[in-house]
Amino acid sequence: MKKVILLSVSILLAAALLVYGLTLLKKGEWSGVDETVVEKYAEAAGRPAWKPFINTEQGDMLLFFFLIAGTCGGFVAGYCFRELFVDAKEGAGAQKLRLQHD
Amino acid sequence: MKTTTSNTQSTPESGLLSGWLQHKKWVIGLMGFLFLSGMASSGNAMHITEGILPLPWAGFWFLAVLPFVLWGLRDLKTRSSENACFKPMVGLVGAAVFVISCMPIPVPTAGTCSHPCGTGMAAILIGAPLTVVVTSIALLLQALFLAHGGLTTWGGNIMSMGVVGGFTGWGVFWLSRRLGASFFVAAFLAGLFSDWATYATTSFELASALHGDGSFWVMFSSIILSFCPTQIPLGIIEGLMTAGAFSFIHSRRPELLKRSFGLQESRL
Repeated sequence: MKKVILLSVSILLAAALLVYGLTLLKKGEWSGVDETVVEKYAEAAGRPAWKPFINTEQGDMLLFFFLIAGTCGGFVAGYCFRELFVDAKEGAGAQKLRLQHD
Repeated sequence: MKTTTSNTQSTPESGLLSGWLQHKKWVIGLMGFLFLSGMASSGNAMHITEGILPLPWAGFWFLAVLPFVLWGLRDLKTRSSENACFKPMVGLVGAAVFVISCMPIPVPTAGTCSHPCGTGMAAILIGAPLTVVVTSIALLLQALFLAHGGLTTWGGNIMSMGVVGGFTGWGVFWLSRRLGASFFVAAFLAGLFSDWATYATTSFELASALHGDGSFWVMFSSIILSFCPTQIPLGIIEGLMTAGAFSFIHSRRPELLKRSFGLQESRL
């Protein structure tokens, strides 16, 4: 019984928070919370965001950076993953095979 | 036998490449941090945007995180010399943090997008001090090239995501294990609370810098409540993601976690 009451109160509290939070979000349509929350409060306080020092948000330039990032990042992550999980396993397997052979 | 032969055949060519990569690991790791960020389409997150924090506050947060960064660097040096597997582990975790922290996820309950932080996961995999280092590099590159966060808000963002997120994740995992939680549950809670703690800290930073003549608590509450519709579900997603990653590594190479967490397996 105690658990049920606790769970109900938690759900109600979470729902209330969600509803109240939604009323605070003026912007919507899948904007990021940096726009809908961080920048909104900053602007209200008279501190609008600056433009980035290196402004890559021009035309398709950001897409270019993202494309290169995805390509090279995938390589690096894959390399580290292979070293940790594939090579180590193969190394152990090969060692085991050699021991069996000997 | 087949495996042994295959390894022997690939040695001359791949040996040269892997030798080069061994020496250039950190350069490659750094490139990875930069380029992995590109997997996201835009940065929509807890990162405090360039210029929002007044300069005294920007300086304050930068000085506040400096000891943690130095601690992390020292930790990296010590543990890398002890364990050859540690650098690839840091590279992998760092890359994951970088991708995760600029990957906007649509949250239908709020109609907005936000990102998980990945620092809870990083903290239980490589330790909290190193999470700060990894986060600071990720945030620097995001601020420089991806219009995500900012140089003037770098310290504040490191504090919320790296220091508070990382140490909360580590602490929650440690406490949950002490209280008898399973690995999965402990990792889930670490991810969940590190995410929420990060956004709570961002709210604190914004409110403390911007409340002006108004009430700090009113502004803090308003900001944190505005984050709630997005971050409550996203925190749960981050918890599940952390638990999944931890379980994967724990099942494949538990010795990595034992070393990383710095505890005996029985206590881990």
